[in-house]
Amino acid sequence: MSATITEPGTELLRVENVVVDFPMRGWRKPDFRALHGVSLDIKAGETVGLVGESGSGKTTLGRAVLGLATVASGSIKFDGVELVGTTTAQRRAMGSQVQVVFQDPYTSLNPAMTIEDILSEPLVARGGLNRADARKRVRTLLEQVNLPSDAADRLPREFSGGQRQRVAIARALALSPRLIVCDEPVSALDLSTQARVLDLFVDIQEQTGVAYLFVSHDLSVVRHVSHRVAVMYKGEIVEYGPCSKVTVEPDHPYTRKLLMAAPVPDPVRQKARREQRRELILAGEIN
Amino acid sequence: MTEANSHVLAPTPRAARQSIMSTVLHNPVGLGALIVLACVVLLSIFAPLFAPFSPTEVRIESINAPMGGEFLLGGDGVGRDILSRLVFAGRNTLIGALIAVGVAMTGGVISGLLAGYFGKFFDSLASWMANVLMAMPSMILLLALFKALGSSMFMAMVVFGVLITPGFFRLVRGLVINVKNELYVDAARVSGLSNSRIIGRHILLVVRAPVVIQTAVVAGVAIVLQSGLEFLGLGDPSLPTWGGMLQDAFANIYVSPTAIIWPGSAIAITVASLVLLGNAIRDGFQRVDTGPAKRRQKRGAPSSPTEPASSAEVVEDDPNVLLSLRNVGVGYSAGETTKEVVRGINLQVHRGEVLGLVGESGSGKTQTAFSILGLLAPGGHVTRGSIIFDGKEISNLPAPAMRALRGKRIAYVPQEPMSNLDPSFRIGDQLTEPLRAVLGLSKKQATEKALALLARVGIPNPQRTFDAYPHEISGGMAQRVLIAGAISCEPDLLIADEVTTALDVTIQAEVLDLLRELQRELSMAVILVTHNFGVVADLCDRVAVMQNGQIIETNTALELFANPTHPYTQMLLSSTLEDSVPRDLVVANQGAR
Amino acid sequence: MLSFVIRRLLAGVALVFVIATITYVLMHSSTGNVARNILGENATAEQVAAKTTELGLDQPLLTQYFSWLGNALTGNFGISWYNSESVTAALVGRMPITLSMVISAIIVIALISVVLGVTAAVKGGWLDRVIQVVSVVGFALPNFWVALMLVLTFSLSLRLLPATGYVPPSESILGWAATLLLPVTSLVLGGVASAAQQIRGATIDVLRQDYIRTLHARGLSPQSVVLKHALRNAAGPALTVLSLQFIALLGGAVVIERVFAIPGIGTLTVNAALGGDVPLLMGIVVVMAILVVLVNLVIDIANGWVNPKVRVQ
Repeated sequence: MSATITEPGTELLRVENVVVDFPMRGWRKPDFRALHGVSLDIKAGETVGLVGESGSGKTTLGRAVLGLATVASGSIKFDGVELVGTTTAQRRAMGSQVQVVFQDPYTSLNPAMTIEDILSEPLVARGGLNRADARKRVRTLLEQVNLPSDAADRLPREFSGGQRQRVAIARALALSPRLIVCDEPVSALDLSTQARVLDLFVDIQEQTGVAYLFVSHDLSVVRHVSHRVAVMYKGEIVEYGPCSKVTVEPDHPYTRKLLMAAPVPDPVRQKARREQRRELILAGEIN
Repeated sequence: MTEANSHVLAPTPRAARQSIMSTVLHNPVGLGALIVLACVVLLSIFAPLFAPFSPTEVRIESINAPMGGEFLLGGDGVGRDILSRLVFAGRNTLIGALIAVGVAMTGGVISGLLAGYFGKFFDSLASWMANVLMAMPSMILLLALFKALGSSMFMAMVVFGVLITPGFFRLVRGLVINVKNELYVDAARVSGLSNSRIIGRHILLVVRAPVVIQTAVVAGVAIVLQSGLEFLGLGDPSLPTWGGMLQDAFANIYVSPTAIIWPGSAIAITVASLVLLGNAIRDGFQRVDTGPAKRRQKRGAPSSPTEPASSAEVVEDDPNVLLSLRNVGVGYSAGETTKEVVRGINLQVHRGEVLGLVGESGSGKTQTAFSILGLLAPGGHVTRGSIIFDGKEISNLPAPAMRALRGKRIAYVPQEPMSNLDPSFRIGDQLTEPLRAVLGLSKKQATEKALALLARVGIPNPQRTFDAYPHEISGGMAQRVLIAGAISCEPDLLIADEVTTALDVTIQAEVLDLLRELQRELSMAVILVTHNFGVVADLCDRVAVMQNGQIIETNTALELFANPTHPYTQMLLSSTLEDSVPRDLVVANQGAR
Repeated sequence: MLSFVIRRLLAGVALVFVIATITYVLMHSSTGNVARNILGENATAEQVAAKTTELGLDQPLLTQYFSWLGNALTGNFGISWYNSESVTAALVGRMPITLSMVISAIIVIALISVVLGVTAAVKGGWLDRVIQVVSVVGFALPNFWVALMLVLTFSLSLRLLPATGYVPPSESILGWAATLLLPVTSLVLGGVASAAQQIRGATIDVLRQDYIRTLHARGLSPQSVVLKHALRNAAGPALTVLSLQFIALLGGAVVIERVFAIPGIGTLTVNAALGGDVPLLMGIVVVMAILVVLVNLVIDIANGWVNPKVRVQ
């Protein structure tokens, strides 16, 4: 169903030495550098997890790929086409190829619009569909994210967090994109909902071959969905490699610190991890 | 609500979908205001039909005539019918207000939209101009320009419209800046929607309601100001206006005192209707727009339980039990109905024990915690059962007695560190104030103790943090400060509400270590409210699992994780991702890709 | 802090300058034949021409403006066109009267609004509804009409207070208070109506904050939480409300002075406006603008004092 023609495994996105600065509020304050020359690549049909703590620049990188943050220098190529420095109009033409699912399912849907309006808006405005076709497509999309078709006439506030996030995923899928930037898409959700939504992400990828840039602060979430994982710290990627390596036996001290800090939901194993963490700290391997 | 019932949607509350108009019409005040306004407008439009006389017809014998003669409301200083002039004056007054509102709204909304959405240079320029316009009392500027404008009130109202444009400008600009940063606008941008489409579909929708309300208010202001100018004699003497009539009545106040009542009442009634209509529309929008959209429950100033729980003094048999909840219910009343969010739970906390209270959002775990503290949000109260702390019933304690427990024997560490420190006071003041109030320490003693506490919770430079304001320290530091405050009186029971949820995982690990050390050192009991099973596994001796306001399973931590008995607990534990296999390995094993 | 004050002052000077310039241009662009107006219909063409030269109106607008500006910078706003009085002297004479009225009013408004607003926010209930009603009523009744009704009731019917006139406090403090009582009251009603409502809103916002609950949890008394913490945090918005009120009062005073025949700036303005006395009006506009800038500066400084975040910026 997706318009994707790219073979799985070919390069879809290449981010090279991207620098993003934010002007600081106030007088004579230097800009804050959120990204210090970050490089990353995503293959078609692949999930790249981007882990980091608050202020690490992971969300900024996602926004830079989406064109929502101004890139000071460096290059972002999508399917070989340079995105940095393009005009808004050119950027819009790319719009259907790269989509987004945001963290907060409560503010990412316009509270005054029905689900159908939300989902059909990009279809009508960008996909050139007429009302009736858009309506049909909306049903398909809702089905795809496991929402009942009568959801179309409802307002976002009638849905729980998990259901809203499904709507947000449906909106991202509407224009059959080849890459979806997922910015902490499950961190506002309850535990049980979180697992289900993550599985939905995986299912959709398997059906459509869409690639994800999956931004999260939670190593275990990233491990669940990613093929490769990049770890960000203070605006730089400190480790980038296969998921099984980075999230299980990482090389970089910061990644190890991150891994050790996350408590295991099992008292016995958590006790062991705590001891391990303490020893690593005493040995000075992590701080 | 969990995702489990995602296919079963609650029936749509139709009321929520009502149009604004119909909610306004169903509001008696709104309906009344609308009717009055409609009457005023109709009277003004069809003035010649309603007015018994021409507004300019002079009868010498009726100069300053009292009420009830040929002229129903009497005659004015020249001998004209007050009632007829009142009706005709409505026209001119309303047209004037319409002009001012039209000018201000058009200019303010357009400039506000542009400034808010595109920002940059235009924003700076427009904001500066708004400041210039707002800095002048309109009345004085209009007076100063009176000669330049000629005696046309309508021209003056155009200028007044310009002068009040900043009101609309600021309103719209602020709203637009807020919406512009909403994620759904970002999502629309990512979808490739054009700016004009985003403004038309997303931004205008948000701006609409406040602008309508502001318009009603501004129309009122315009009517009052216009009549003020006319009252000063700066109107067009050839046109009947309410302000002009007041001027005439004022000139004859010694002869015919009642004449000032009518035009004043006309102004007051019209303006009041406008304001009330604006309020009704605002209420209407609020009713339509607020659903369960709020993520966190509204929390407000605490209220003491209104209905005391049934049982009186209950003596706890086991001296080892510090806190005991028996069949406790917590409800929030809205009007006649009370909605129970905690539905009869039993819970025991032993001295020196760490009890985890786990559940998903809406399970009632936080409300349980607040009920123990006696700090439920307004409308919330303990509906049933008893809360026994150290052998004493506390659910029905009078406020001062409860206060004596809080902070001294029962302490609380909140979830969001930054929003739980008063931004206006230094950290030091916030630590020493309760120390002095609760423990009665001197200022010097309190300062020493606060510094020692800050050092104890692992703050590297206590004096600097002591002197800092909350916005100058990080979230992790702030949480340490709050922990320091909570343990300052060496409480018997510490209630920790999602204490690490807002923190980064590396900071979380440090705070958990700190809590563990402090708990052992002070051998205090801890109720750890959390949704995170990792945190539970790290810290808790025993665990109670909550779902839909009930405790469904209680066990020691070791047992609960090893052998969860309730299906819900099993489901929750199986949802944790800790043990999921890295995705690349899954793919490799399938060999599909 | 000092650099903050200096920056605000410079911005204020720029603001006064811009307002003065705009008003000057607007007033001079359409005053018609001023000399003819002043001298009346019977004056000869020569007399009119002489008067025009005397007033400098034959000069180009820019020249007139710079000469006015130069004088204004030294505190000399010129001579009134109609009664040949020095504008500066007129302003100095009238200003204290208006200010005494407006300042009394703003103090009363501040006291009543804070007490009403905070109490309504904390207690809710009937007081809350009273405030809602008062705010609508106070908004809907034009203050000069309230003034007229007060005159009708207290001066004409009950004969308790003087209907008109002004007694300087140097003559009699009691007389001064008696003449100002009704004018100030009529200004206060509208002011309280809007300020109390907004202070109530600001206080409710603060009381909903998380830190308020945490302070309760620390065992502090409700009095201390409300009076120390909630008030301090609501002070910023309240100060802004009061500064806007002050500007509104300056305008409101104009009409009120007329009702009570108080010889303040308002009466001066109305007479100058009716006569088209441009030098006098320019003087009034500039002085008002300076006053507004000063009030805003004071409010900004006070805001910096109550809100540490502002102070840092």
